[in-house]
Amino acid sequence: MTDIVSPLPGTFYHKPDPNSAPFKSAGDAVTVGDTIGLIEVMKTFIEVKAEAAGTFSDYVAADATPVSAGDVLAKMG
Amino acid sequence: MAIETLFIANRGEIAVRIIRAAQSLGIKTVQAYSEADAEMLAVKLADEAVCVGPAPAAKSYLNIPAVVAAAKDAGADAVHPGYGFLAENADFARAVEDAGMIFVGPKAETIERMGDKVAARIAAKEADVPTVPGSDGRISADEALRVADEIGYPVMIKAAAGGGGRGIRIAQDAAELSRLAPQARAEAEAAFGDGGLYLEKVIVNPRHIEVQILGDGTGAAVHCYERECSLQRRRQKVWEEAPAFGLPDATREAMCNAAVALAEAVNYRGAGTIEYLYDAAADEFYFIEMNTRIQVEHPVTEMITGLDLVAMMLLIAGGETLPVTQDQITCTGHAIEVRLNAEDPLMQFLPFPGKVASLSIPEGNGLRFDHFLYEGYQIPPFYDSLLGKMIVHAPTREAAIDLMAETLKDLEIGGLKTTTPLHLALAADPGVRAGDFHTQWLEPWLDAGNLTATDAA
Repeated sequence: MTDIVSPLPGTFYHKPDPNSAPFKSAGDAVTVGDTIGLIEVMKTFIEVKAEAAGTFSDYVAADATPVSAGDVLAKMG
Repeated sequence: MAIETLFIANRGEIAVRIIRAAQSLGIKTVQAYSEADAEMLAVKLADEAVCVGPAPAAKSYLNIPAVVAAAKDAGADAVHPGYGFLAENADFARAVEDAGMIFVGPKAETIERMGDKVAARIAAKEADVPTVPGSDGRISADEALRVADEIGYPVMIKAAAGGGGRGIRIAQDAAELSRLAPQARAEAEAAFGDGGLYLEKVIVNPRHIEVQILGDGTGAAVHCYERECSLQRRRQKVWEEAPAFGLPDATREAMCNAAVALAEAVNYRGAGTIEYLYDAAADEFYFIEMNTRIQVEHPVTEMITGLDLVAMMLLIAGGETLPVTQDQITCTGHAIEVRLNAEDPLMQFLPFPGKVASLSIPEGNGLRFDHFLYEGYQIPPFYDSLLGKMIVHAPTREAAIDLMAETLKDLEIGGLKTTTPLHLALAADPGVRAGDFHTQWLEPWLDAGNLTATDAA
C-alpha cells in the first residue's frame, strides 16, 4: 500500500466542485501526476498529485474536512 | 447612546485593531471566534470571547443567525464587522439592528445601494462625481453595441452584482463585444444569480486613488485625504501610500470634495472610502465604487492625519456628531503600508501557513505593525493569508521608502514564509522610487523576473 499524504494544512476535497464526481474511485488506475484531490489553503486551491503509479484503494480523509500537512489523504494498492 | 459592550464579528489583525480602539474608549469587548481560532490573539485580548461555529467561515464568521445570536447573548449593544466577511452585507446590518443592537457602519439601505455598482454609479452622478464613461445602468446586448460606439473601444463589460474581478470582459471592437457579452451575462448569472450587465470605457494604465471619508448619518461628512493603492496583484492591493504622490493640488481637492459630496448625498454614517481610477496622462479621475467599511489600508491615513478612524467609527455609531471638523484634519508627511501575507513570493505566492517560531518587531518613531501574531501561534489555513501590515511614516516619500526597507530588514517572523522579499524588492525598484507605476504595473514586473531568490537574499 502507498499512502498519499497532504503537502499542506488546509481543507481536503475529493471533487473538483460540489456537483462533480470524485477525482478517483476504488479500483481506478493511478499514474504519476494524476490529481487525486484538492487542498484549500488560505482561499487558494492546490491540486494533490500522485507521486507513484498504482491502483486507487480509497480516500482516508473525508471530503471537505480539515487536514494537517503529512496527514494521509488516500491509499493506493 | 454611547456603546458600552462591543461585539467583534471578525478575526485576525482587524479584530485586534478594533479591540484596541474600543479599549481606548473604555468600551468592553466580546470577540467572536471559530473553532479554528480559539488561540488567536484577539481572543486573548478581549474581555470575553464566544465561539460562533466550526472552522469554515460559511459556518462561523459568515453565519448571520449564529453571529447575531452570539452578540445578543453576550449582552453586546453594538457589533463591529471589520472588513471582509459580513462587513458589507446589508442583511447582516439589518439583522443586527432588528435584534436591537447598533451596527458599526452605515445603514443597511446605504450598504445595499452602494454595493450595487449600477445604483452606486447613479448616486455618484447625482452628486456630480465624475464616473467612467459608460452605460446608464443595466443594458441589453444591442444597447451595449450602441453605447460602445459612442464612448469608443476598448470597453469593459461588467456584472452589475459583481465583485473581485468576476464577470468582467474586455472587448477591443464590436465583433468581440458581440461575442463576449453573452458569456459575461452567463457568468454573472451563475456567480451572483443576477445576469445584469453594464458597460464602461477602459482607462489605459490607470492609477487607483481613493479618498477616506467619515459621515455622521445626517448628511454631514468630512474627508481624510487620499490613498494611492496602485500596486496590485490579481486586483489585490499589496502596497499602499498616503497621500498620493505627484497629484496636482486642484485634482486632489476635486477628488476629496467629490467624495464628501457623495457621502453627504447618501447620508453616509461611519467610515467609508470612495475609490477612483486616475488617468495621470489626462489628469482625469473617475468614481469606480464606494467601500462601506473600514479598509485594510486605513492606517496610512491615520499616520498622515493623526486620527484614530476605528475609534471615530465607534463614537459615530454611539450617536455622536462628527468628532472632527474638516479644518482640524491635516496631512503631514508621507505614510506607506505593505501587506505581509503568509505566502512564498518566490514560489508563485503559494500559501505558507505555519507556526510562528520567533517574532522580533522593530520599534521606533514613525513605525507601526498591525498584526495578530505571537510566538508559538499556529496560523490556521482556513482564512486569508494576511499576517499583518507594516506601516511607516516619514517627512517625505523618499524617506518613507528608506524607512520601510530598513524596517522590513529588521522584522523577523520565524517559521513562516512571508511576502517581505517582494516588498524589499519593490522598495529598491527605481520605478517605485520614481512613483512611475499604475494598477497594471506589478504583474508584468513580476512576470519579467524582477523578484528572484538572489535579490531577496
